Amino acid sequence: MTTLKVRVNGEDKELDVDPEMPLLWALRDVLRLTGTKYGCGQALCGACSVHLDGQVVRACVTPIRRAEGRSVTTIEGLSPDGGHPLQRAWVEMGVPQCGFCQSGQLMCAAALLAKKPQPTDADIDQSLAGNLCRCGTYTRIRAAVKKAAGLPDGK
Amino acid sequence: MSQPVTMTRRSFLEGLNLSVGGLALGLGPTLTEAEARSKVVPTVLKPNVFVHVAADGVVTIVCARSEMGQGVRSSLPVLIADELGADMARVRVLQADGDKAYGDQNTDGSSSVRGVYDDLRRTGATARTMLVTAAANRWKVKAVDCEARDHAVFRRGTGESIGFGELVRDAARLPVPRAEDVRLRPRAELRNVGGDLPLLDGPAYVNGTAVFGADIALEGMLVAVVARPAVVGGRVMRFDATRALAVPGVKHVVEVPAPKAPYLFQSWGGVAVLAENTWAAMRGRAALDITWEDGGNETYDSEAFRETLLASVRAPGEPFRQVGDVDAAFARAARVVEAEYCTPHLPHAPMEPPVALAWVKDGACEVWAPTQHPQAARTEAAQVAGLPESQVTVHVTLLGGGFGRKSKADFVGEAVYLSKQVGAPVRVQWTREDDIRHDYYHTTAAQRLRAALDEQGRPTAWLHRTAFPSIRSTFSTDVKGPVFRDLNQGVLDLALAIPNVRAEACEALAHVRIGWLRSVYNIFHAFSVGSFMDELAHARGMDPRDNLLDVVGPARHMSLAELGVPKLPNYEAPLEKHPVDVGRLRGVIERVTELSRWSERGKDGRALGLAAHRSFLSYVAVVVSMKKDEAGRARVDEAWVVVDAGLVVNADRVRAQMEGSVIFGMSLALYGAITMKDGATQQSNFRDFRLVRMAEAPRRIHVDIVRSEEAPGGVGEPGVPPVAPAIANALFALTGTRARDLPIIRSHRV
Repeated sequence: MTTLKVRVNGEDKELDVDPEMPLLWALRDVLRLTGTKYGCGQALCGACSVHLDGQVVRACVTPIRRAEGRSVTTIEGLSPDGGHPLQRAWVEMGVPQCGFCQSGQLMCAAALLAKKPQPTDADIDQSLAGNLCRCGTYTRIRAAVKKAAGLPDGK
Repeated sequence: MSQPVTMTRRSFLEGLNLSVGGLALGLGPTLTEAEARSKVVPTVLKPNVFVHVAADGVVTIVCARSEMGQGVRSSLPVLIADELGADMARVRVLQADGDKAYGDQNTDGSSSVRGVYDDLRRTGATARTMLVTAAANRWKVKAVDCEARDHAVFRRGTGESIGFGELVRDAARLPVPRAEDVRLRPRAELRNVGGDLPLLDGPAYVNGTAVFGADIALEGMLVAVVARPAVVGGRVMRFDATRALAVPGVKHVVEVPAPKAPYLFQSWGGVAVLAENTWAAMRGRAALDITWEDGGNETYDSEAFRETLLASVRAPGEPFRQVGDVDAAFARAARVVEAEYCTPHLPHAPMEPPVALAWVKDGACEVWAPTQHPQAARTEAAQVAGLPESQVTVHVTLLGGGFGRKSKADFVGEAVYLSKQVGAPVRVQWTREDDIRHDYYHTTAAQRLRAALDEQGRPTAWLHRTAFPSIRSTFSTDVKGPVFRDLNQGVLDLALAIPNVRAEACEALAHVRIGWLRSVYNIFHAFSVGSFMDELAHARGMDPRDNLLDVVGPARHMSLAELGVPKLPNYEAPLEKHPVDVGRLRGVIERVTELSRWSERGKDGRALGLAAHRSFLSYVAVVVSMKKDEAGRARVDEAWVVVDAGLVVNADRVRAQMEGSVIFGMSLALYGAITMKDGATQQSNFRDFRLVRMAEAPRRIHVDIVRSEEAPGGVGEPGVPPVAPAIANALFALTGTRARDLPIIRSHRV
């Protein structure tokens, strides 16, 4: 065990864990931040997507040591009150069905909008290509990203 | 920042203090036994287990069905609230534990709304009647001079009103009215029913606070990951836990006993590694050294079995539907059209893999699980724990998808077994590999369809043979193939205006655990029938839409005699209330072809495919448009869905279910398959079990809901069956080649 210092959602945390433990399990099992989900463990589904210094990473394959001294943002830290334009658009447009993949979808969409506030359909498809939704909410996700971006076609 | 979801046993129970665990009550409005015996004057109005009105006016409504994405928590409570006249802003929804007091809680068969629509309305109406009586007594007027709305009772013609909360003490002293003294509101007075209702859990889903199966932790809890036999019926011969126990954080290694056939909801057996956290448990499992014994199914090869199934449908089977003389009609036929269709095993692959938390302690057992079937989970937990059901509590979390997988209680049994063995709370976490390899798979099928045409090209006979291992094989060891009830799904209830019809079930033995997958046998029956209708159209030189309307025939309710069956299981619904209504089937076909501009197909490279299907008492027609992309792949570009589900409660969730059904149907039509070799599953994760992704989703999915006051039908499943045949038919329109085997990726660039 080693003590690792990681900034999580704006708070400094010290973790005594195996440095190889994936960030996902450090968040869920150690810090009890359960909004980030386990879906595949192999960076194939995107349910565990978080931001590491503003960039999307799949927490299930990111060893916690890679986050040492860096800043992690999870769904719990996306906005203080659930008021991120994407979160608002998601609720208004009834995007979630079972909801399980939506934290990952939102974190990827948020990284996209931070980089490109007026994304095209191709940008959305590309940024969310790694995020599976078994319930099939894709068309609403696309529309909600556009709505949050203030684009037409976001209904 | 959300609170960590760590709960003590006590605080969680306090949070659920409205539940009535262990008291058997019917759906009728009744007090619990304890309340009936109690001399204490009640201070809340609680005419039955589903609704509770507090003195502060807060109305608590219990949702007894599981939320798995179909929106049941945003839909069912509205039935009670509308009858009551409650303001939804002052309604709180509580998730029921598993308890027979709530009636049937099994959340499958697209049954939630259709199953409880009348009962929940009656529940709300009963509570309203009591509040109105209390107000009328206070004003010394007749009940008919009062009306309940906006969370208060109003005295007609005076503007006077009393809030629900203020009436509670008086109302709670009244006897619960008899059923015949309770009047349901006219449809027009149900304010929210049928509208686009807000998503109750929407905010929690987007801020990370929604609680799924793996999101509850107890003090001292261990996480278990289980190594299971690769072959159904396999068992552990010996194992060495030394290396696993050396992994930091690993606390125990425990053998889970192998099940005996029939497998029912028993766990698979294997070796469990229990650790302080999930990562340590996974590493511990990887370090196990296990020698397995395969036990008889190790020769199962799904590709070879496909040939076995085809041989089965090439010989006569057991006739379950018969009209006229099919053999004579074929002997006289001017032309015969025939085709064979094959479909593979499929896993459920909900985004949340199976997971359950159990704590067996002091002669009691408490479970938290994302289960579709809380009462079956309770029964299984009681059996495994060796306790009476009254000592078992099953709390239902949100489900990260279910699709039928979480109707089975095997993963709950594992958690209970391990908790009992180690004396600590245990969360069993299935990895995605466990989920893909050890599922209760959707069954694999072969079908042969034959139609006789006369000189004018009119169909004179229809023969449908179907072979697939039945779900019943999971529950009984002497099942040799599909039983009569299995053919209810799209074979016995298929609308045909053909004078000679026979449907036969052919032998097929199971070599894996077979389970329900969203829309079940309808998946392949709709695929074969929907594809064959299109083949028939081309053989007859007809527009596929005109052919389909011709083959299903004129608007009518089909009698058992016309169907050629002694009875119709009909999704457990009476035929008088839910007939095989060809008019409604025609209605969705006509509407979807109008919306999709069917008559303009072929223009601008639009290749359209059509299919329609009745299932779970609803009627759905789908048109998909396919185009080739720059790389030459055939892609679903746009889809139209028209659904007639009778009266709908929550229109927006119905639309969402249809949108999701298109994606679900696309995944199974285009990409999905589980293959077995040497008795073991060859796929393991989303790398080799492929699902539709964002870029493959259609540009638009248009959903149109038929406005109807007919009795409610199902919604969660009926959208799925017509999707695959619509795609196969569009593909034919686009490429001129027919896909009769799923998934289509095996034969076409998609």
